[in-house]
Amino acid sequence: MRYRQSILLVFLSLAALAGLSPRPGLALDVPPLAAHVNDYAGVMSKQAAGELEAELTRFEKSDSTQIVILTIPSLEGEDLETFSIKVAESWKIGQKGIDNGVIILVARDERKVRIEVGRGLEGKLTDLMSGRIIRERIAPRFRAGDFDGGLIQGAQAVMEVVRGEYKANAEEPVRGRRGAPPILTLLIFLFLALVFIGAISKVFAAVTGAVGLPIVAKLAFSALSLPVLGGLAGLGIVVGLVLSVLFSGGGRSGGKGGGPWLGGFGGPFFGGGSSSGGEGGGGFFGGGGDFGGGGASGGW
Amino acid sequence: MRRSLVLVSAAVMLLGLFGCGYNEMQGKEEAVFAAWGDVEAAYQRRADLVPNLVEVVKGYAKHENETLVAVTEARARVGSVQVSKEMLNRPEAVQQFQQAQSQLGGALSRLLVISEQYPALKADQGFRDLQNQLEGTENRINVARVRYNRAVQDFNTSIRIFPNSLTNSWLLHLTRKEPFKAEGGAATAPKVKF
Repeated sequence: MRYRQSILLVFLSLAALAGLSPRPGLALDVPPLAAHVNDYAGVMSKQAAGELEAELTRFEKSDSTQIVILTIPSLEGEDLETFSIKVAESWKIGQKGIDNGVIILVARDERKVRIEVGRGLEGKLTDLMSGRIIRERIAPRFRAGDFDGGLIQGAQAVMEVVRGEYKANAEEPVRGRRGAPPILTLLIFLFLALVFIGAISKVFAAVTGAVGLPIVAKLAFSALSLPVLGGLAGLGIVVGLVLSVLFSGGGRSGGKGGGPWLGGFGGPFFGGGSSSGGEGGGGFFGGGGDFGGGGASGGW
Repeated sequence: MRRSLVLVSAAVMLLGLFGCGYNEMQGKEEAVFAAWGDVEAAYQRRADLVPNLVEVVKGYAKHENETLVAVTEARARVGSVQVSKEMLNRPEAVQQFQQAQSQLGGALSRLLVISEQYPALKADQGFRDLQNQLEGTENRINVARVRYNRAVQDFNTSIRIFPNSLTNSWLLHLTRKEPFKAEGGAATAPKVKF
Protein backbone atom coordinates (compact mmCIF):
# COMPACT_ATOMS: atom_id res chain seq x y z
CA MET A 1 0.00 0.00 0.00
CA ARG A 2 2.69 2.45 1.05
CA TYR A 3 4.77 1.40 -1.88
CA ARG A 4 2.03 2.23 -4.30
CA GLN A 5 1.48 5.62 -2.78
CA SER A 6 5.12 6.55 -2.95
CA ILE A 7 5.04 5.65 -6.60
CA LEU A 8 2.04 7.90 -7.07
CA LEU A 9 3.79 10.70 -5.22
CA VAL A 10 6.91 10.43 -7.32
CA PHE A 11 4.79 10.25 -10.43
CA LEU A 12 2.80 13.35 -9.60
CA SER A 13 5.91 15.28 -8.68
CA LEU A 14 7.66 14.34 -11.89
CA ALA A 15 4.55 15.44 -13.71
CA ALA A 16 4.95 18.79 -11.98
CA LEU A 17 8.45 19.16 -13.36
CA ALA A 18 7.31 18.21 -16.83
CA GLY A 19 4.61 20.85 -16.63
CA LEU A 20 7.06 23.72 -16.60
CA SER A 21 6.78 25.07 -20.08
CA PRO A 22 9.13 27.59 -21.68
CA ARG A 23 8.05 31.22 -22.09
CA PRO A 24 7.42 32.45 -25.61
CA GLY A 25 10.18 34.67 -26.95
CA LEU A 26 9.85 38.25 -28.07
CA ALA A 27 9.58 39.20 -31.69
CA LEU A 28 13.00 39.83 -33.13
CA ASP A 29 12.24 42.76 -35.36
CA VAL A 30 11.27 45.16 -32.58
CA PRO A 31 14.27 47.38 -31.83
CA PRO A 32 15.29 47.85 -28.20
CA LEU A 33 13.69 50.65 -26.23
CA ALA A 34 16.51 53.06 -25.42
CA ALA A 35 14.82 56.31 -24.42
CA HIS A 36 11.67 58.33 -25.10
CA VAL A 37 13.06 59.22 -28.51
CA ASN A 38 14.29 56.22 -30.49
CA ASP A 39 15.47 57.60 -33.79
CA TYR A 40 16.63 54.47 -35.56
CA ALA A 41 16.01 56.00 -38.98
CA GLY A 42 18.24 58.95 -38.14
CA VAL A 43 15.77 61.57 -39.32
CA MET A 44 16.11 63.93 -36.35
CA SER A 45 18.90 66.30 -35.49
CA LYS A 46 20.81 65.63 -32.27
CA GLN A 47 19.63 68.86 -30.74
CA ALA A 48 15.94 68.37 -31.52
CA ALA A 49 16.04 64.79 -30.29
CA GLY A 50 17.63 65.94 -27.04
CA GLU A 51 15.04 68.66 -26.52
CA LEU A 52 12.15 66.34 -27.23
CA GLU A 53 13.63 63.71 -24.93
CA ALA A 54 13.81 66.24 -22.11
CA GLU A 55 10.28 67.41 -22.74
CA LEU A 56 8.84 63.90 -22.78
CA THR A 57 10.76 62.98 -19.63
CA ARG A 58 9.34 66.04 -17.87
CA PHE A 59 5.87 65.10 -19.01
CA GLU A 60 6.25 61.59 -17.67
CA LYS A 61 7.41 62.97 -14.33
CA SER A 62 4.37 65.18 -13.97
CA ASP A 63 1.63 63.07 -15.55
CA SER A 64 3.10 59.55 -15.51
CA THR A 65 1.94 59.26 -19.11
CA GLN A 66 4.66 57.82 -21.32
CA ILE A 67 4.97 59.10 -24.86
CA VAL A 68 7.59 57.42 -26.98
CA ILE A 69 8.87 58.14 -30.48
CA LEU A 70 10.17 55.39 -32.75
CA THR A 71 11.49 55.99 -36.22
CA ILE A 72 12.60 53.06 -38.37
CA PRO A 73 14.24 53.12 -41.80
CA SER A 74 11.83 50.62 -43.33
CA LEU A 75 9.02 48.25 -42.44
CA GLU A 76 10.61 45.65 -44.68
CA GLY A 77 7.32 44.52 -46.08
CA GLU A 78 5.51 44.31 -42.80
CA ASP A 79 2.14 45.91 -42.24
CA LEU A 80 2.35 49.23 -40.36
CA GLU A 81 -0.42 48.39 -37.89
CA THR A 82 0.91 44.89 -37.26
CA PHE A 83 4.39 46.14 -36.56
CA SER A 84 3.07 48.95 -34.39
CA ILE A 85 1.09 46.67 -32.09
CA LYS A 86 4.10 44.37 -31.90
CA VAL A 87 6.23 47.27 -30.69
CA ALA A 88 3.52 48.21 -28.22
CA GLU A 89 3.28 44.69 -26.87
CA SER A 90 6.99 44.35 -26.45
CA TRP A 91 7.79 47.80 -25.02
CA LYS A 92 4.74 48.03 -22.76
CA ILE A 93 4.72 51.80 -22.73
CA GLY A 94 2.47 53.40 -20.12
CA GLN A 95 1.90 52.56 -16.50
CA LYS A 96 0.56 49.18 -15.54
CA GLY A 97 -3.12 49.19 -14.76
CA ILE A 98 -3.87 52.61 -16.23
CA ASP A 99 -2.34 51.93 -19.65
CA ASN A 100 -1.41 55.50 -20.44
CA GLY A 101 1.15 55.07 -23.17
CA VAL A 102 1.46 56.53 -26.65
CA ILE A 103 3.83 55.47 -29.41
CA ILE A 104 4.47 57.68 -32.40
CA LEU A 105 5.88 55.42 -35.09
CA VAL A 106 7.49 56.68 -38.28
CA ALA A 107 8.48 54.40 -41.17
CA ARG A 108 10.83 56.54 -43.23
CA ASP A 109 10.99 54.74 -46.57
CA GLU A 110 7.28 53.90 -46.69
CA ARG A 111 6.44 57.48 -45.68
CA LYS A 112 3.96 56.28 -43.07
CA VAL A 113 3.15 57.47 -39.58
CA ARG A 114 1.08 55.87 -36.87
CA ILE A 115 0.04 57.02 -33.45
CA GLU A 116 -0.59 53.96 -31.30
CA VAL A 117 -2.69 54.81 -28.26
CA GLY A 118 -2.79 52.87 -25.00
CA ARG A 119 -6.15 51.70 -23.72
CA GLY A 120 -6.22 54.19 -20.89
CA LEU A 121 -5.91 57.16 -23.23
CA GLU A 122 -8.38 56.06 -25.88
CA GLY A 123 -11.05 58.23 -24.31
CA LYS A 124 -9.12 61.47 -24.77
CA LEU A 125 -6.80 60.65 -27.63
CA THR A 126 -9.42 59.07 -29.85
CA ASP A 127 -8.73 57.59 -33.26
CA LEU A 128 -10.20 60.76 -34.69
CA MET A 129 -7.91 62.98 -32.63
CA SER A 130 -4.87 60.90 -33.53
CA GLY A 131 -5.81 61.07 -37.19
CA ARG A 132 -6.12 64.85 -37.02
CA ILE A 133 -2.78 65.21 -35.29
CA ILE A 134 -1.18 63.20 -38.08
CA ARG A 135 -2.98 65.05 -40.85
CA GLU A 136 -2.64 68.57 -39.49
CA ARG A 137 0.47 68.64 -37.34
CA ILE A 138 2.82 65.92 -38.52
CA ALA A 139 2.26 65.17 -42.21
CA PRO A 140 2.56 68.75 -43.56
CA ARG A 141 5.97 69.22 -41.91
CA PHE A 142 7.19 65.79 -42.94
CA ARG A 143 6.16 66.60 -46.50
CA ALA A 144 8.45 69.61 -46.33
CA GLY A 145 11.26 67.43 -45.04
CA ASP A 146 11.05 68.89 -41.54
CA PHE A 147 11.11 65.76 -39.38
CA ASP A 148 12.27 67.62 -36.27
CA GLY A 149 9.36 70.01 -36.46
CA GLY A 150 6.83 67.33 -37.31
CA LEU A 151 7.78 65.06 -34.45
CA ILE A 152 8.04 67.86 -31.89
CA GLN A 153 4.73 69.34 -33.00
CA GLY A 154 3.11 65.92 -33.04
CA ALA A 155 4.37 65.01 -29.58
CA GLN A 156 3.28 68.38 -28.24
CA ALA A 157 -0.17 67.96 -29.74
CA VAL A 158 -0.46 64.56 -28.07
CA MET A 159 0.65 66.06 -24.76
CA GLU A 160 -1.91 68.85 -25.05
CA VAL A 161 -4.68 66.33 -25.57
CA VAL A 162 -3.78 63.95 -22.76
CA ARG A 163 -2.43 66.46 -20.23
CA GLY A 164 -4.18 66.12 -16.90
CA GLU A 165 -5.77 62.79 -17.74
CA TYR A 166 -3.45 61.12 -15.24
CA LYS A 167 -1.24 62.42 -12.49
CA ALA A 168 2.04 60.98 -11.39
CA ASN A 169 2.11 59.37 -7.96
CA ALA A 170 3.78 61.31 -5.19
CA GLU A 171 7.36 60.67 -6.27
CA GLU A 172 8.03 57.79 -8.56
CA PRO A 173 5.54 56.56 -11.08
CA VAL A 174 4.53 52.99 -10.39
CA ARG A 175 6.76 50.76 -12.42
CA GLY A 176 5.50 47.53 -13.80
CA ARG A 177 6.34 44.78 -11.41
CA ARG A 178 7.13 41.36 -12.55
CA GLY A 179 6.02 39.10 -9.77
CA ALA A 180 9.08 37.19 -8.61
CA PRO A 181 8.41 33.50 -8.16
CA PRO A 182 7.05 33.19 -4.64
CA ILE A 183 9.83 30.97 -3.39
CA LEU A 184 9.07 31.83 0.22
CA THR A 185 5.52 30.61 -0.13
CA LEU A 186 6.66 27.42 -1.81
CA LEU A 187 9.27 26.71 0.84
CA ILE A 188 6.79 27.23 3.62
CA PHE A 189 4.36 24.98 1.86
CA LEU A 190 7.00 22.30 1.51
CA PHE A 191 8.02 22.69 5.13
CA LEU A 192 4.44 22.28 6.30
CA ALA A 193 3.92 19.31 4.04
CA LEU A 194 7.08 17.69 5.40
CA VAL A 195 6.07 18.23 9.01
CA PHE A 196 2.62 16.97 8.23
CA ILE A 197 3.82 13.87 6.45
CA GLY A 198 6.81 13.41 8.75
CA ALA A 199 4.43 13.07 11.66
CA ILE A 200 3.12 9.95 9.97
CA SER A 201 6.09 8.31 8.33
CA LYS A 202 9.81 8.94 7.98
CA VAL A 203 9.89 7.27 4.60
CA PHE A 204 7.16 9.45 3.18
CA ALA A 205 8.82 12.54 4.55
CA ALA A 206 12.13 11.58 2.99
CA VAL A 207 10.50 10.90 -0.36
CA THR A 208 8.52 14.14 -0.21
CA GLY A 209 11.66 16.07 0.66
CA ALA A 210 13.66 14.41 -2.09
CA VAL A 211 11.07 15.29 -4.67
CA GLY A 212 9.67 18.50 -3.25
CA LEU A 213 12.87 20.47 -2.72
CA PRO A 214 14.08 20.16 -6.32
CA ILE A 215 10.60 21.09 -7.53
CA VAL A 216 10.52 24.22 -5.41
CA ALA A 217 13.99 25.13 -6.61
CA LYS A 218 13.06 24.51 -10.21
CA LEU A 219 9.91 26.60 -9.90
CA ALA A 220 11.85 29.47 -8.41
CA PHE A 221 14.94 29.34 -10.62
CA SER A 222 14.13 27.53 -13.81
CA ALA A 223 17.76 27.59 -14.98
CA LEU A 224 18.99 24.98 -12.51
CA SER A 225 20.83 22.02 -13.98
CA LEU A 226 20.18 18.36 -13.30
CA PRO A 227 23.20 17.72 -10.98
CA VAL A 228 22.16 20.65 -8.79
CA LEU A 229 18.65 19.29 -8.61
CA GLY A 230 20.07 15.91 -7.70
CA GLY A 231 22.02 17.48 -4.85
CA LEU A 232 18.88 19.24 -3.70
CA ALA A 233 17.06 15.92 -3.74
CA GLY A 234 19.67 14.52 -1.37
CA LEU A 235 19.33 17.54 0.86
CA GLY A 236 15.56 17.08 0.71
CA ILE A 237 15.87 13.53 2.07
CA VAL A 238 17.90 14.79 5.01
CA VAL A 239 15.51 17.66 5.72
CA GLY A 240 12.55 15.35 5.44
CA LEU A 241 14.07 12.85 7.89
CA VAL A 242 15.12 15.51 10.36
CA LEU A 243 11.70 17.17 10.36
CA SER A 244 9.96 13.86 10.66
CA VAL A 245 12.10 12.96 13.70
CA LEU A 246 11.48 16.38 15.24
CA PHE A 247 7.74 16.31 14.79
CA SER A 248 6.85 12.66 14.86
CA GLY A 249 5.93 12.72 18.55
CA GLY A 250 2.83 14.89 18.37
CA GLY A 251 1.19 13.20 15.47
CA ARG A 252 0.98 9.77 17.08
CA SER A 253 -0.09 10.39 20.62
CA GLY A 254 -2.46 13.33 20.50
CA GLY A 255 -5.71 12.78 18.72
CA LYS A 256 -5.43 15.84 16.53
CA GLY A 257 -1.78 16.42 15.90
CA GLY A 258 -2.20 17.59 12.35
CA GLY A 259 -4.93 20.06 13.03
CA PRO A 260 -3.29 23.37 13.91
CA TRP A 261 -0.86 23.16 11.03
CA LEU A 262 -3.56 23.60 8.51
CA GLY A 263 -4.22 27.03 9.98
CA GLY A 264 -0.74 28.00 8.99
CA PHE A 265 -1.51 27.96 5.31
CA GLY A 266 -2.18 31.14 3.44
CA GLY A 267 -2.22 34.29 5.48
CA PRO A 268 0.47 36.87 5.02
CA PHE A 269 2.88 34.59 3.18
CA PHE A 270 0.98 34.21 -0.02
CA GLY A 271 1.78 36.84 -2.58
CA GLY A 272 4.68 38.08 -0.51
CA GLY A 273 8.22 38.15 -1.73
CA SER A 274 7.47 39.92 -4.98
CA SER A 275 9.78 42.80 -5.64
CA SER A 276 10.62 44.83 -8.68
CA GLY A 277 13.79 43.43 -10.12
CA GLY A 278 16.74 45.07 -11.82
CA GLU A 279 15.91 48.73 -11.55
CA GLY A 280 17.88 51.81 -10.74
CA GLY A 281 20.15 51.61 -13.76
CA GLY A 282 18.93 55.00 -14.92
CA GLY A 283 17.63 53.39 -18.09
CA PHE A 284 14.18 53.87 -19.51
CA PHE A 285 11.50 51.21 -19.26
CA GLY A 286 7.92 50.81 -20.26
CA GLY A 287 5.71 50.63 -17.21
CA GLY A 288 3.64 47.66 -18.32
CA GLY A 289 0.88 49.51 -20.16
CA ASP A 290 -1.54 47.67 -22.40
CA PHE A 291 -2.59 48.56 -25.95
CA GLY A 292 -5.70 47.45 -27.78
CA GLY A 293 -5.03 48.74 -31.27
CA GLY A 294 -6.41 52.24 -30.78
CA GLY A 295 -4.95 55.16 -32.70
CA ALA A 296 -4.65 56.19 -36.31
CA SER A 297 -2.35 55.79 -39.27
CA GLY A 298 -1.43 58.21 -41.99
CA GLY A 299 1.19 59.08 -44.53
CA TRP A 300 2.91 62.05 -46.08
CA MET B 1 -3.62 3.91 10.11
CA ARG B 2 -6.58 4.70 7.95
CA ARG B 3 -6.58 8.27 9.22
CA SER B 4 -2.96 8.67 8.30
CA LEU B 5 -3.66 7.31 4.87
CA VAL B 6 -6.32 9.94 4.39
CA LEU B 7 -3.91 12.63 5.56
CA VAL B 8 -1.16 11.41 3.28
CA SER B 9 -3.40 11.31 0.28
CA ALA B 10 -4.66 14.79 1.10
CA ALA B 11 -1.06 16.04 1.25
CA VAL B 12 -0.18 14.25 -1.95
CA MET B 13 -3.17 15.75 -3.69
CA LEU B 14 -2.32 19.25 -2.51
CA LEU B 15 1.27 18.85 -3.64
CA GLY B 16 0.09 17.37 -6.88
CA LEU B 17 -2.34 20.16 -7.65
CA PHE B 18 0.50 22.64 -7.89
CA GLY B 19 2.19 20.63 -10.58
CA CYS B 20 -0.58 19.01 -12.49
CA GLY B 21 -1.76 22.15 -14.24
CA TYR B 22 -5.06 22.37 -12.38
CA ASN B 23 -4.68 26.07 -11.72
CA GLU B 24 -2.78 26.73 -14.91
CA MET B 25 -5.53 25.42 -17.15
CA GLN B 26 -8.26 27.34 -15.38
CA GLY B 27 -6.19 30.51 -15.56
CA LYS B 28 -5.71 30.03 -19.26
CA GLU B 29 -9.38 29.40 -19.82
CA GLU B 30 -10.15 32.66 -18.07
CA ALA B 31 -7.62 34.35 -20.36
CA VAL B 32 -9.54 33.00 -23.35
CA PHE B 33 -12.79 34.38 -21.96
CA ALA B 34 -11.22 37.77 -21.36
CA ALA B 35 -9.81 37.86 -24.88
CA TRP B 36 -13.21 36.90 -26.23
CA GLY B 37 -14.74 39.80 -24.32
CA ASP B 38 -12.37 42.14 -26.14
CA VAL B 39 -13.28 40.62 -29.48
CA GLU B 40 -16.97 41.13 -28.80
CA ALA B 41 -16.40 44.68 -27.64
CA ALA B 42 -14.45 45.55 -30.77
CA TYR B 43 -17.12 44.09 -33.05
CA GLN B 44 -19.84 45.82 -31.06
CA ARG B 45 -18.01 49.07 -31.53
CA ARG B 46 -18.14 48.60 -35.27
CA ALA B 47 -21.81 47.67 -35.21
CA ASP B 48 -22.52 50.84 -33.24
CA LEU B 49 -20.92 52.97 -35.91
CA VAL B 50 -23.03 51.51 -38.71
CA PRO B 51 -26.31 53.42 -38.20
CA ASN B 52 -24.52 56.76 -38.18
CA LEU B 53 -22.55 55.85 -41.25
CA VAL B 54 -25.66 54.74 -43.12
CA GLU B 55 -27.39 57.96 -42.13
CA VAL B 56 -24.57 60.15 -43.42
CA VAL B 57 -24.19 58.25 -46.70
CA LYS B 58 -27.96 58.31 -47.27
CA GLY B 59 -27.87 62.07 -47.25
CA TYR B 60 -25.58 62.17 -50.28
CA ALA B 61 -26.18 58.92 -52.11
CA LYS B 62 -29.89 58.15 -51.98
CA HIS B 63 -30.03 55.88 -54.99
CA GLU B 64 -27.37 53.50 -53.64
CA ASN B 65 -30.27 51.92 -51.84
CA GLU B 66 -29.20 48.36 -52.52
CA THR B 67 -25.84 48.72 -50.81
CA LEU B 68 -27.34 50.62 -47.91
CA VAL B 69 -29.96 47.96 -47.35
CA ALA B 70 -27.28 45.26 -47.51
CA VAL B 71 -25.32 47.02 -44.78
CA THR B 72 -28.38 47.49 -42.60
CA GLU B 73 -29.36 43.85 -43.00
CA ALA B 74 -25.87 42.60 -42.25
CA ARG B 75 -25.87 44.80 -39.17
CA ALA B 76 -29.15 43.28 -38.02
CA ARG B 77 -27.84 39.77 -38.55
CA VAL B 78 -24.74 40.50 -36.52
CA GLY B 79 -26.97 41.59 -33.67
CA SER B 80 -28.77 38.25 -33.70
CA VAL B 81 -25.66 36.06 -33.72
CA GLN B 82 -24.22 36.30 -30.25
CA VAL B 83 -21.69 33.87 -28.87
CA SER B 84 -21.47 33.62 -25.12
CA LYS B 85 -18.26 32.39 -23.54
CA GLU B 86 -19.83 29.01 -22.84
CA MET B 87 -20.31 28.54 -26.57
CA LEU B 88 -16.67 29.04 -27.50
CA ASN B 89 -16.09 25.31 -27.62
CA ARG B 90 -18.68 24.92 -30.38
CA PRO B 91 -16.98 25.33 -33.74
CA GLU B 92 -20.22 26.00 -35.59
CA ALA B 93 -21.20 28.80 -33.21
CA VAL B 94 -17.89 30.59 -33.62
CA GLN B 95 -18.01 30.03 -37.35
CA GLN B 96 -21.48 31.51 -37.59
CA PHE B 97 -20.36 34.52 -35.62
CA GLN B 98 -17.36 34.98 -37.84
CA GLN B 99 -19.47 34.61 -40.98
CA ALA B 100 -22.00 37.20 -39.88
CA GLN B 101 -19.24 39.62 -38.93
CA SER B 102 -17.36 39.19 -42.16
CA GLN B 103 -20.58 39.78 -44.10
CA LEU B 104 -20.97 43.09 -42.33
CA GLY B 105 -17.32 43.85 -43.00
CA GLY B 106 -17.79 43.11 -46.69
CA ALA B 107 -20.96 45.21 -46.93
CA LEU B 108 -19.22 48.08 -45.17
CA SER B 109 -16.22 48.07 -47.45
CA ARG B 110 -18.53 48.03 -50.49
CA LEU B 111 -20.27 51.05 -49.02
CA LEU B 112 -16.95 52.82 -48.61
CA VAL B 113 -15.98 52.06 -52.18
CA ILE B 114 -19.24 53.49 -53.46
CA SER B 115 -18.82 56.60 -51.37
CA GLU B 116 -15.62 57.31 -53.28
CA GLN B 117 -17.86 58.27 -56.21
CA TYR B 118 -19.49 61.13 -54.29
CA PRO B 119 -17.08 64.00 -53.83
CA ALA B 120 -19.52 65.92 -51.68
CA LEU B 121 -19.83 62.94 -49.35
CA LYS B 122 -16.07 62.51 -49.21
CA ALA B 123 -15.70 66.13 -48.21
CA ASP B 124 -18.29 65.84 -45.44
CA GLN B 125 -16.59 66.25 -42.06
CA GLY B 126 -18.95 63.84 -40.37
CA PHE B 127 -18.23 61.20 -42.98
CA ARG B 128 -14.50 61.61 -42.67
CA ASP B 129 -14.71 61.30 -38.92
CA LEU B 130 -16.76 58.15 -39.22
CA GLN B 131 -14.37 56.72 -41.74
CA ASN B 132 -11.52 57.42 -39.36
CA GLN B 133 -13.31 55.73 -36.49
CA LEU B 134 -14.17 52.80 -38.70
CA GLU B 135 -10.52 52.32 -39.63
CA GLY B 136 -9.53 52.43 -35.98
CA THR B 137 -12.21 49.93 -35.13
CA GLU B 138 -11.17 47.51 -37.85
CA ASN B 139 -7.66 47.65 -36.43
CA ARG B 140 -8.97 47.00 -32.93
CA ILE B 141 -10.90 44.02 -34.25
CA ASN B 142 -7.73 42.67 -35.80
CA VAL B 143 -5.74 43.09 -32.63
CA ALA B 144 -8.46 41.53 -30.51
CA ARG B 145 -8.77 38.58 -32.87
CA VAL B 146 -5.04 37.94 -32.92
CA ARG B 147 -4.92 38.04 -29.13
CA TYR B 148 -7.94 35.79 -28.83
CA ASN B 149 -6.37 33.24 -31.13
CA ARG B 150 -3.15 33.42 -29.15
CA ALA B 151 -5.02 32.81 -25.90
CA VAL B 152 -6.96 29.95 -27.47
CA GLN B 153 -3.83 28.33 -28.76
CA ASP B 154 -2.20 28.65 -25.38
CA PHE B 155 -5.22 27.13 -23.69
CA ASN B 156 -5.72 24.34 -26.21
CA THR B 157 -2.09 23.36 -25.88
CA SER B 158 -2.25 23.42 -22.11
CA ILE B 159 -5.13 20.97 -21.95
CA ARG B 160 -3.43 18.57 -24.32
CA ILE B 161 0.12 18.36 -22.98
CA PHE B 162 0.97 15.54 -20.68
CA PRO B 163 0.25 15.94 -17.02
CA ASN B 164 -2.49 18.47 -17.69
CA SER B 165 -4.38 16.17 -19.99
CA LEU B 166 -4.80 13.68 -17.15
CA THR B 167 -5.90 16.33 -14.68
CA ASN B 168 -8.34 17.62 -17.23
CA SER B 169 -9.91 14.29 -18.01
CA TRP B 170 -10.19 13.39 -14.33
CA LEU B 171 -11.17 16.65 -12.75
CA LEU B 172 -11.81 19.65 -14.92
CA HIS B 173 -13.32 18.43 -18.19
CA LEU B 174 -12.43 21.60 -20.04
CA THR B 175 -12.94 21.46 -23.77
CA ARG B 176 -10.99 22.84 -26.69
CA LYS B 177 -11.88 26.39 -27.73
CA GLU B 178 -12.40 27.43 -31.30
CA PRO B 179 -10.01 29.97 -32.85
CA PHE B 180 -10.88 32.35 -35.67
CA LYS B 181 -10.01 31.06 -39.10
CA ALA B 182 -8.03 33.27 -41.42
CA GLU B 183 -10.41 34.88 -43.82
CA GLY B 184 -9.77 34.43 -47.50
CA GLY B 185 -9.02 37.83 -48.99
CA ALA B 186 -11.71 37.26 -51.62
CA ALA B 187 -14.44 36.90 -49.02
CA THR B 188 -14.02 40.39 -47.64
CA ALA B 189 -12.47 42.34 -50.49
CA PRO B 190 -14.96 44.69 -52.08
CA LYS B 191 -15.94 44.02 -55.63
CA VAL B 192 -15.45 47.04 -57.82
CA LYS B 193 -17.62 47.20 -60.90
CA PHE B 194 -16.66 49.36 -63.85
